[in-house]
Amino acid sequence: MKELQDLAQSVEQGQVQKVSGLTQQLLDSGVSPQTILNDGLIAGMTVVGQKMRSGEMYLPEVLQSASAMHGSLKILKPHLVREGAQSRGKIMVGTVKGDMHDIGKNLVSIMLQGAGFDIVDLGLNVSPQKFVEAISAHQPAILGLSAMLTTTMLNMKTTIEAINAAGLRSSVKVIIGGAPVSQKFADEIGADGYARDAVLAVDKVKQLLGVSA
Amino acid sequence: MSVSFRALSVPDPSALMFGRASKPVSCGFGLELGNGQVYPELNFTLPTMVLDESNWTAVVAHYEEIGTSIQRAAKRLKLPGLMVEFELLPPMTEHPSWGAEITAILHRHLKQAHENFGLPCALRVTPTDIRDVTRPPELRSGKPLEALLRSFDECAAAGADVLSIESVGAKEVHDEALLYGDLEGVIFALGVLAPRDMDFLWNKIVAVCSAHTVVPGADSACGFANTAMQLSSQGMLPEVLAAVVRAASAVRSLVAYECGARGPSKDCAYEGPILKAITGTPIAMEGKSASCAHFSPVGNVAAAMCDLWSNESVQNVRLLSGPAPEAYLELLAYDCRLFNQALKSGTERAYQDLLVESDVHLSPQAYILSPLSTGRIASAIVKESNHYAMTLAAARESVLILREAGQKKELDLNSREVEWLERISRDLDALPVDEQQLLVAMQERYGHLFSAASYGL
Ligand code: B1M
Repeated sequence: MKELQDLAQSVEQGQVQKVSGLTQQLLDSGVSPQTILNDGLIAGMTVVGQKMRSGEMYLPEVLQSASAMHGSLKILKPHLVREGAQSRGKIMVGTVKGDMHDIGKNLVSIMLQGAGFDIVDLGLNVSPQKFVEAISAHQPAILGLSAMLTTTMLNMKTTIEAINAAGLRSSVKVIIGGAPVSQKFADEIGADGYARDAVLAVDKVKQLLGVSA
Repeated sequence: MSVSFRALSVPDPSALMFGRASKPVSCGFGLELGNGQVYPELNFTLPTMVLDESNWTAVVAHYEEIGTSIQRAAKRLKLPGLMVEFELLPPMTEHPSWGAEITAILHRHLKQAHENFGLPCALRVTPTDIRDVTRPPELRSGKPLEALLRSFDECAAAGADVLSIESVGAKEVHDEALLYGDLEGVIFALGVLAPRDMDFLWNKIVAVCSAHTVVPGADSACGFANTAMQLSSQGMLPEVLAAVVRAASAVRSLVAYECGARGPSKDCAYEGPILKAITGTPIAMEGKSASCAHFSPVGNVAAAMCDLWSNESVQNVRLLSGPAPEAYLELLAYDCRLFNQALKSGTERAYQDLLVESDVHLSPQAYILSPLSTGRIASAIVKESNHYAMTLAAARESVLILREAGQKKELDLNSREVEWLERISRDLDALPVDEQQLLVAMQERYGHLFSAASYGL
């Protein structure tokens, strides 16, 4: 459908006003909110993700596209709720205890949001206990942990242990990232996945949740 | 603030040379910086391990091993001088006595090296800026500030010869502005907020140093400009933006000197050459031999004006040759032999040219670090009389430098980089002359991220 293609392209170009306008038009003409979300917004953001990966788009441009998508989501949300539409999945992220490096974690949130996931961001310097409490409260499908220091990366292990002890491990998958960690470390501490950067984090989440595009 | 720099200490960029500073610094056990030689500055950190009370014996053992390997390598390599940097990890600042204990260990090793084989050496200690644990950060009061100031005091008493910090005031706004490529926000953070925090913090650090006769070293714009550099190296920001942020960040780092810092600057402060041109004080730099810590596009040019040459940080792990800090000390020692041989044989200009020319045509971030570019940025800064205007001037001058370089084909800028350079230029031109006007607009945009009281506003 040409209008949906137009919407996807406008998301890609970060045209905030146009995206909101097109969303309303599509709704008015009877297109389902789920279709607008999948074939317009997420389709546009998928191209954005690809362009970022290939170095054709910088982050400020990606964020402009994300803003355009958010504008549209504000209009779509009540309709999606009314239709009982399923979210792509809820992802919780946080930088582990003792660590104040948060730019990497913030980028992961931004890219996941762009891919249509709901994000709960616990911020930085998050204790294992706080992660446990937040998992109980929000029931995310995936928990993303970030650490940048050799002396804080072990708090990822402590966090997974606390989740285990609280009996919540089977309800949530855990992925990790940050400069000093690796797939090997993820295996050692019993995480379900590792991603080297924010774009790969989206791939990993999709893979773990069985989401195709 | 007590000193203001209204003229360059080194007006002729060709006088900006490695190993020579117009205001040398003496510190520690007879170490003279900027007095005709370049010395290694070795930095190291713990490998993957728990850092808490229960594991403290293991932590201490690492620093003892590092101290021993430093002594061994210094003797073996016949080092003419050495700076050691101990960069505290957050818990060592939160518990000031922990940082002081490690300071005392490293001080003892350097004292032994000086007494046993006459090594001129000094210990730089860098507590962690732990004031941003809350959001928005509470910078002027609270327990983290108290612990930080006690950490400076206790480390000075335990044997630090130079004190430094990578302070983070205004990062809470800068991070957000940077990700959005918002130049108004970037300049507001660097030119309006950050200098206010620097002034607050550095007056306190200088007071501690005076009480202990320790040298107030300097600050680093790591949390600002190195974040931009890392983001651009991951392809997330244009390189020209990272270059402009580097130039603009020099002003907030300069405030430390206005408060009484004397250098040497911090290794990760790549704005160092601009600071050297303005203040004449010795600078520490890092480049190719710091790839153990992070990658950069300025591996050679970063060395062109250095007085200390650093590896930034390496984990104390075992390599095939020996402990990693010892291996990196050897690497730095050989780098420094080349600097010093060039100075001795009168070939320093040719060597500097090689360092500069081998990098500057490949990256805008490298281009603005040449002696000519840093001289121009420094001149633009000292012509202005307030920090906001100085920051704006530095940013604008860096845009001009990069644009000219692109036009003269001295720098290979692709079309997207050129587009961004012009966008940055337009955004900078649109900024108001009056900082109050910017403050009002930015309070609206970023007011939720910072506390005005943290900046005395
Ligand atoms: C959930 O799934 C996922 C998936 C992927 C994930 C993920 C989660 N999280 C991250 N990823 C991945 O995707 C992201 C995007 O692609 C990537 O995120 P990154 O964060 O890697 O990349 C960012 C986009 C850009 N990268 C960065 O912003 C980090 C760059 C470096 C230079 C760095 C910076 C800039 C800073 N630092 Co700090 N810093 C360093 C860094 C060197 C390095 N090698 O990275 C490092 C990590 N720091 C270090 C240190 C020592 C420190 N730092 C400190 C402070 C700071 C600043 C505040 C000044 C600044 C903050 C940046 C910020 N807001 O995050 C202090 C500690 C603060 C604390 N409590 O944590 C302090 C202790 C220094 C001091 N004494 O003050 C070193 C660690 C040494 C160690 N023992 O491990 C360090 C390697 C630099 C060095 N000295 O060599 C991937 O890692």
